Amino acid sequence: MTAPMIEIDGLGISFGKGARRLNAVRDVSLSIAEGEAFGLVGESGSGKSTVLNAVAGLIGDYSGTIRIGGAVVSLSRSHAQRRLIQMVFQDPYGSLHPRHTVDKILSEPARIHGLTNVEKRVERALADVGLKPEHRFRFPHQLSGGQRQRVAIARAIVLEPRVLLLDEPTSALDVSVQAEVLNLLRRLRRERGFTTIMVSHNLAVVSYMCGRLAVMNRGRILETLASADLAAGRFDHAYTRQLFRASSGYDRELLQDLWEEA
Amino acid sequence: MTARDWLLTDTPGSRRQASFGHWYRNWLAFRGNPLAMVGFAIVLALILIAVLAPVLPLQSPTLQSLSTRLQPPGAGHWFGTDELGRDILSRVAWGARITLTIVIMVVVIVVPIGLLIGTISGYIGGAVDVVLMRVTDIFLAFPRLILALAFVAAIKPGLESAIIAIALTSWPPYARIARAETITVRNADFVKAARLQGASPFRIIWHYVVPLCTASVIVRMTLDMAGIILTAAGLGFLGLGAQPPTPEWGAMISTGRDYLLDQWWVATIPGIAIFVVSLGFNLLGDGLRDVLDPKRS
Amino acid sequence: MSAPILDVENLRVTFPTYQGFVDVVRGVSFSLGRERLGIVGESGSGKSLTGRSIMRLVPSPGRVSADRLSFVGMDLLKVPEKEMPKIRGKRISMVLQDPKFSLNPVMTVGQQIEEAFRLHVARDRALARAKSIEALKAVKIRDPEAVYHLYPHQLSGGMGQRVMIAMMLIPEPQLLIADEPTSALDVTVQLQVLAILDDLVRERGMSLILISHDLGMVSAFCDRVMIMYAGKVVETVKASELHQVQHPYAKGLLASSPRLGDDRPELPVLQRDASWAR
Repeated sequence: MTAPMIEIDGLGISFGKGARRLNAVRDVSLSIAEGEAFGLVGESGSGKSTVLNAVAGLIGDYSGTIRIGGAVVSLSRSHAQRRLIQMVFQDPYGSLHPRHTVDKILSEPARIHGLTNVEKRVERALADVGLKPEHRFRFPHQLSGGQRQRVAIARAIVLEPRVLLLDEPTSALDVSVQAEVLNLLRRLRRERGFTTIMVSHNLAVVSYMCGRLAVMNRGRILETLASADLAAGRFDHAYTRQLFRASSGYDRELLQDLWEEA
Repeated sequence: MTARDWLLTDTPGSRRQASFGHWYRNWLAFRGNPLAMVGFAIVLALILIAVLAPVLPLQSPTLQSLSTRLQPPGAGHWFGTDELGRDILSRVAWGARITLTIVIMVVVIVVPIGLLIGTISGYIGGAVDVVLMRVTDIFLAFPRLILALAFVAAIKPGLESAIIAIALTSWPPYARIARAETITVRNADFVKAARLQGASPFRIIWHYVVPLCTASVIVRMTLDMAGIILTAAGLGFLGLGAQPPTPEWGAMISTGRDYLLDQWWVATIPGIAIFVVSLGFNLLGDGLRDVLDPKRS
Repeated sequence: MSAPILDVENLRVTFPTYQGFVDVVRGVSFSLGRERLGIVGESGSGKSLTGRSIMRLVPSPGRVSADRLSFVGMDLLKVPEKEMPKIRGKRISMVLQDPKFSLNPVMTVGQQIEEAFRLHVARDRALARAKSIEALKAVKIRDPEAVYHLYPHQLSGGMGQRVMIAMMLIPEPQLLIADEPTSALDVTVQLQVLAILDDLVRERGMSLILISHDLGMVSAFCDRVMIMYAGKVVETVKASELHQVQHPYAKGLLASSPRLGDDRPELPVLQRDASWAR
């Protein structure tokens, strides 16, 4: 077995102070192998996105350690460390600068890192995500939601990272467009061997995209299991069961349990 | 393919075409607003007159002719002459140069300072924000004309002092606007993405934040122009701005005041010039706000 | 079937653009009895505008026309605008996606519900208060007395949506239009909100139009599902017979979402056919 690509040990993150202190993430430990597709599942407030932001290097104020490729990382990272890991955000409307053309959005990362061949890289990234050269000089408002999300994915892969973080990448899209984006992400992972962490509230999407997943609730990981086990209903935790049943559609019986618990 | 199609296409083929198309769309929206077009025409006329004043067939604005002093508007002098027999039309046209100089200089000084302080304050936040914003508050607390007066009185009266004085008192609102805009985009996903790529704070401010602040700043600027012109005229009127014999509109009103009842045109013509230009900038600003305001859907 | 609550025939919504007039809803017809009707479609399919035109809430410069738009025998297109408040919010209510934008941030929950009651039902203050508490209870809010005094920002998403529903139900409307009422909520909370709607429909004999992009959720919850594409209804099916849909668009939608335990190497992508939009 190879050394883990991402190792999170005893991660704790809290916001605010005193009485208003909120422990968003408590004692989360994970180990994700190189090339693995890992999912984080939970409802809003479970801390799943916060974990992702900490791994990405957007949150620096945490306890515990995060290792990427064997090296401990923090908020301030070298260019080389930044290149290693990139992220796709949930909202394709908010994640692209409204006054930048697709060309500018895609060439920025290469310019920041002082890479050569900016033109070639932009062309290649566009082709990789299935966009045509004619999309290159458009502004985001001239693109559909699915095309925008493709641009966001292209921006993440321009730097040729080894880890791709996906924060609910399809939850703002229509189902038919979701299928296209999920297919694209799977193809990219196959071709380039990315390690991915995907955060989602949608069990079906996560289990389709990831081999293994962790269920989070109130800042903690309740259990970590293989997607196949989830699909077959082999899990230990009552909360996982609740999520599982809720994702299977409208179900009056389950509601009875939920009310009693609430 | 016509030029219009080339500009309005949804599939621009180059960087240049994309940005031209962007501006053309704004221009189309702007053109649909008649009042804004009036403002635009006035401002354009001001600029043309100011630029062309030396080559227009006008008398020298400082040529005195005591035999033809205080002539009413007529064939020889369309706008009449003043107390020293100088042609008022010529003086108003040359005065446009001064007004435009003041306006441009103030903007050149004020906008970068306001943007810089506002975006840094908004983006970095924390103690930097507190310090910069309290400094801004201090400047904001002084009445504009009085601070300008005190400043000009402390150094020597003149055009440069007037410009510096006005600039000193007009940057705080720009810093405020830039800061407010910055705070709304600071945590946007596209800024996070830039941070993930390793963009420096300077780069984020310059490439990501500033482009989103400029619309509000430009609008505020055009709306402010009237105030700047009035303050400059006020300083000129009080003898603290441009010094004689420079044909500054405010100073012209000041001298014309003595003849207001019998030779109304001496003070009224430059007054109308100030009024029209201020109105023009205001109309232009309103129109630009409708086109550029990022908060419009 | 008894006389329909709502009868819509050839509904059109038109918006002017640079390129001329564009029909966003193009000839939608349906009738609604005492049932739960789901309207499903992608963004831009015209499903929300269909709901809004029933309320006469299509934003300007949009224009609504129809051969018939009648609500319990009343022609909604002919009702003068100043009469609309007697129908809108009173006999037809609407619940929108995000309660954060629908509730007034500077009034407490209780005040807002009371206002709805006093506006639509009776001006009696004491009665309004009692009714408000009752309405909060009806949407299964545990401690209605406490929630009554909270401001909207102090509520969770699910709680906010329940408050919204409570407010909308105060005048006991005959028809409730819910536009993506649960898509901003977590799955378990979604179920709770749906269950409340379900109970209300059953107990009060109210009709419900549920507008959503989530075919699975709508089909599990509604009696009938109407599938819209590019401003048109492409198919209407009984929810229980959803798997038997005929239209390729509806089939494509069903196939394209992953299921638990899905082992297809690739999800089938919807191949759009220009003829569907015709």
